[in-house]
Amino acid sequence: MSLRNNQAVLLATAASVLLVAGLALALFWAPEDADQGFSQRIFYVHVPIALTAYACFGWAAWKALRLLWTREPRYDLESYTAVHMGVIFGILTLVTGSIWAKISWGVWWTWSERQLTLFLVLFLFYCAYFMLRFSVESGPRRANLSAVYALFGVALIPVSFLAIRLAENFIHPVVFTRDGPQMSGSMFLVFCVCLAAMLGLFASLYTNELTGKRLDARLRELREAVE
Amino acid sequence: MIQAQGLGRRFGPKRVIRDLDLDVRAGELLLVTGPNGSGKSTLLALMVGLLAPTEGEIEVDLPRGRIGYLAHEALVYKELTALENLDLYGRLYHVAERRETIGALLERFGLWEVRHQRVGAFSRGMQQRLGLCRVLLHGPELLLLDEPYSGLDASARTLVDDVLTEAAGARTLVVASHEPAHVRPLATQALALA
Amino acid sequence: MTYFADVAALARKDILLELRSRDTLPAMLLFVVSALVVFHFSLPSDASVTASTGLLWIALLFTALLGLGRAFTAEREQRVLDGLVLAPCDRSAIWLAKSLGVLVFLGVAEAVALPAYALFFGPVGWELVAAVLLADLGLAAVGTLLAAMAAASRARELLLPLLFLPLVIPVVVGGVGATVVDDPGRYLGFLALYDLIFAILSWASFEYVVAE
Repeated sequence: MSLRNNQAVLLATAASVLLVAGLALALFWAPEDADQGFSQRIFYVHVPIALTAYACFGWAAWKALRLLWTREPRYDLESYTAVHMGVIFGILTLVTGSIWAKISWGVWWTWSERQLTLFLVLFLFYCAYFMLRFSVESGPRRANLSAVYALFGVALIPVSFLAIRLAENFIHPVVFTRDGPQMSGSMFLVFCVCLAAMLGLFASLYTNELTGKRLDARLRELREAVE
Repeated sequence: MIQAQGLGRRFGPKRVIRDLDLDVRAGELLLVTGPNGSGKSTLLALMVGLLAPTEGEIEVDLPRGRIGYLAHEALVYKELTALENLDLYGRLYHVAERRETIGALLERFGLWEVRHQRVGAFSRGMQQRLGLCRVLLHGPELLLLDEPYSGLDASARTLVDDVLTEAAGARTLVVASHEPAHVRPLATQALALA
Repeated sequence: MTYFADVAALARKDILLELRSRDTLPAMLLFVVSALVVFHFSLPSDASVTASTGLLWIALLFTALLGLGRAFTAEREQRVLDGLVLAPCDRSAIWLAKSLGVLVFLGVAEAVALPAYALFFGPVGWELVAAVLLADLGLAAVGTLLAAMAAASRARELLLPLLFLPLVIPVVVGGVGATVVDDPGRYLGFLALYDLIFAILSWASFEYVVAE
């Protein structure tokens, strides 16, 4: 038990260190972008958060697959926690993306941002995941349904992305151009540190949340054993 | 044929079955008794595989197609006739000589005259009898009967008695009932759920 | 092969049920025409072709939802689904049979909707018909699985649209795109891709939705 505690503390420390380092690098050390100036720095936060959200959903789908394969109930909790984290990071993606859009182009939302549109669709999808969970009693049934849905989610990601690209041909958005990250070496370094930081944050929050949920379950079991 | 170790099943926070061990051999008749809500139906559902255990494990040595399950509900379509329902199940269970088998069963359980009637118009007793037809249709080796006598009048009860007497020894049976008087003489094992 | 014999038996049963009760299909037909009329009133007079096409697709989506909401009601009563699940046939056969039924319903609904659309709004080209047919496959496949999921929950009628709509956004894109763009091939191909991916996924995972 203490080894696991140590692991959690280690993870949290590592994540915190990376976060501070990453943010400091992003704010102060990274070279200024020629086009967008200081506001471009939110890219170092926004994109890693987005990629981490994808990682969350991918992790959830993996755990879902394990559940369906082995029928071990612990994977249900792990998959659910990962989706939970993914939705949180998804909200943050939408918020940071919105802020970036406001700073760059003066609008709080734009459909021309493919990533943002994709996240909106995914956000809706995974919110429905929670609705599904809330309306089914806990047990093997709920675990199965959640797992299947999580797998559908991960299939939806590339399909939706393709759809959004195709949609641009007839939706005629007001096109805001933004240069993709043709990052110089130092920019790339800062990006990687921030990415590691966000993934570390996910790992830390995930382990924490999972431990908490497991304790809840254990407490419930003990309570019942006493009754 | 049926083995369970530490079997448990909960629904949300409520534990319905707790730490149950079972060993039912082929040809036995297990009588499960207990008041309403004690988990009899849940136990049978676990045996047939409709529910998965939340604790422990249960193993049944037969494939799905060789198990017959009589639930409290008839498991038949109300908008279809008795014949159509049995025909559907006959096809799904790949019953040989489907029409003859169905005809014989309908006759045996006194439903031949009403075979073209919508099940929705059936009385509870008739639905129960149709359920018994469905359960015996594919000649299962394991019969799981959840309250087989419920809703039946005296003559229909005799039918069930006959089914049990005939099956006991030849097939394996698990009967859940809260009026066990008829079944107890035939039972080789008894389980009382609290 | 016994698999297809099982599917046939189940599909026959679904058709028989609908012929007896005759409630789902007429409702779908009436709904889609009513929706188109409502859309006429909600569109400004200088609306583009794209706008009215978009509304047609919305009408089709919600008509599909209407039909899917009823897909498993007969099985829910009397717990018949348990009876089907316990049969030795592959559980995916239940999905396939049900999807085929939904497909037929959608086809009939569109056989009414498209002429109505042509009457109220504008001409219907081959691209629209092709797109609708391809979209039907995806909608039926995914919708049937989600309908089974919703049927297992407490919130059934509420849950189905929430599960359904995000998943079918790509279908709308493919469908509208194929109709309004000069080169519909890409969009039709995309619809076919969607159908393939989600039909396989639905087929494979239906087992886990109806059994524990």
